Amino acid sequence: MTRLTLSQVTKRYDGVTALDAVGFTVAPGERVALLGHNGAGKSTLMKIILGLIPATSGQIKVLDAAPGSQAAREGTAYLPENVAFHPALTGLEQIRLYLRLRGCDPAQAMGLLERVGLGHAARRRIGTYSKGMRQRVGLAQALIGQPRLLILDEPTSGLDPVSRREFYAILDGLAAEGAAILLSSHALTEVEARTDRIVILSQGRLMANDTLHALRRQAALPIRLQISAHPGAADQVAAQLAGGRRNGVMVDLTCSHHEKLTRLGHIAALKGLIEDVEIIPPSLEDLYSHFSRRDDQ
Amino acid sequence: MTALIRPVFALGATEFRVALRNRWVTITVALMALFALVLSAAGSAPTGEVGVDALSVTVASLTSLGVYLVPLMALLMSFDAVAGEVERGTLSLTLTYPVSRSGILMGKFAAHLTVLTIAVGAGYGLAAIAALATDPEALTGLPALVRLFWSSILLGAVFLALGYTLSAIARRPGAAAGLAIGVWLAFVVLYDLGLLAAVVADGGGVFTTHALPWLLLANPADAFRLYNLAASEATAAASGLGGAAQTIPAAHALISVLLWPVGAFGLAVAALRRVTP
Ligand SMILES: Nc1ncnc2c1ncn2[C@@H]1O[C@H](COP(=O)(O)OP(=O)(O)O)[C@@H](O)[C@H]1O
Ligand SMILES: [Mg+2]
Repeated sequence: MTRLTLSQVTKRYDGVTALDAVGFTVAPGERVALLGHNGAGKSTLMKIILGLIPATSGQIKVLDAAPGSQAAREGTAYLPENVAFHPALTGLEQIRLYLRLRGCDPAQAMGLLERVGLGHAARRRIGTYSKGMRQRVGLAQALIGQPRLLILDEPTSGLDPVSRREFYAILDGLAAEGAAILLSSHALTEVEARTDRIVILSQGRLMANDTLHALRRQAALPIRLQISAHPGAADQVAAQLAGGRRNGVMVDLTCSHHEKLTRLGHIAALKGLIEDVEIIPPSLEDLYSHFSRRDDQ
Repeated sequence: MTALIRPVFALGATEFRVALRNRWVTITVALMALFALVLSAAGSAPTGEVGVDALSVTVASLTSLGVYLVPLMALLMSFDAVAGEVERGTLSLTLTYPVSRSGILMGKFAAHLTVLTIAVGAGYGLAAIAALATDPEALTGLPALVRLFWSSILLGAVFLALGYTLSAIARRPGAAAGLAIGVWLAFVVLYDLGLLAAVVADGGGVFTTHALPWLLLANPADAFRLYNLAASEATAAASGLGGAAQTIPAAHALISVLLWPVGAFGLAVAALRRVTP
């Protein structure tokens, strides 16, 4: 059973294909990160899931119902990108309104605001809040009524690292209780340890849909070996290892995962000429670029 | 049923709170009270007219005032209603809640109409008190004032709904504000100037006798004025308005006054349905 099923979802604005046959699922308790550069189609996909805009074609099932249907809306929470709220209302008044709209007891508002770390500012007007605080108001409203599916559009933009960690801790709790979570971001480094699966969109196309571990294996990106030679020995080391010289003492090599030990053996054989060697695995940025640029190569 | 009413009530209460915070309540009440008192003072000067009480005179001036001021206040309160929410990103959020688009509008409408009712009630109430204080006969003008009161609320309702419509079409607060001013000018000022020019050019021909009454009824502001003047002979006499008001039965003007709010609200709902957040 899945909470969200997308298949062949396509969205065209006149001339622009914002989404091109995108399909994936989100299961209960799963945290899925939707990654993509600006304009990749993340917000468009989320709005289609929420029933705010129609898809040009494709099938979408939200909580076993049609997007935007009463059943789907009752069980789904949304945090829009850059939501600002009314500056004249206090955080407490704003959350009370959203509780009433879901038919929940408005007395829960203070508890929700405390949960997102806004208890101290609850009675202040939102006009006086920082961007991060407004983002927390948005998160607080998304927690109302134990949603079974959360759709969060760049939820951590504007949050400092500490707030970000707190935010992901709240998500962990929700997922542990069985909520399905789809959140978008444009940075892989940020969602790395905090999500179960990664979906990469590029120009509306789905480029990857797997765990970070599997993506690393799939990409098979080269490992970099960085060797510091003794002064004056750099040329000799570079020649012997067929590597590139960077400056007076550094020599750079790249190799695939299974060549790594053999290469290290070669390097170790030159130990009279070198001072140190550093092994640099492919970074998350490398991995992300690999998947989002796959087609251009 | 409660599931349908509850969100409307919640949204309305919040919107009213925003109107209080934004000083709309203060501004509109102060504006209405000020003008009502000024008109009362002007109307209480002995005019030598026979058979017309002080309140009826005030009602005639209030009618001319209301026809400008009520639509203006209504448009100022409503032009931001949809465009502001689109800009803040809260419209798309609210639409993911189990609330209908018409429910969202009804909530705002209820709140804004409450503000207008308070403002108009305060202004007209003050005018009544002032008239009663100077003229013991003024009670005879009370029915005309009551009629003016509820027809002013209906007039306000029309322009609130037109304001939401503009707001939904414009989608940006700045553009919506411009459109609101344009609509106010068109309905309240330019429309009548246009008719006047046509009447002058026509020189009492077919246009004046046949088209003019219908064109007056087609404009909610004119229908409001005609209804209040035609329904009360004393008021009509006091205002010195002859011609058009007398050829149009009060019942026709009443129908226009009643239909416009319904039609305009329908228009606003249709416009909001077309907004893709
Ligand atoms: N209303 C619209 N009309 C035309 N094009 C649009 C509209 N909304 C989005 N797009 C286009 O669709 C693409 C995806 O946009 P979006 O979903 O906002 O990307 P992301 O959220 O990943 O940054 C972009 O190329 C954008 O220009
Ligand atoms: Mg986006």
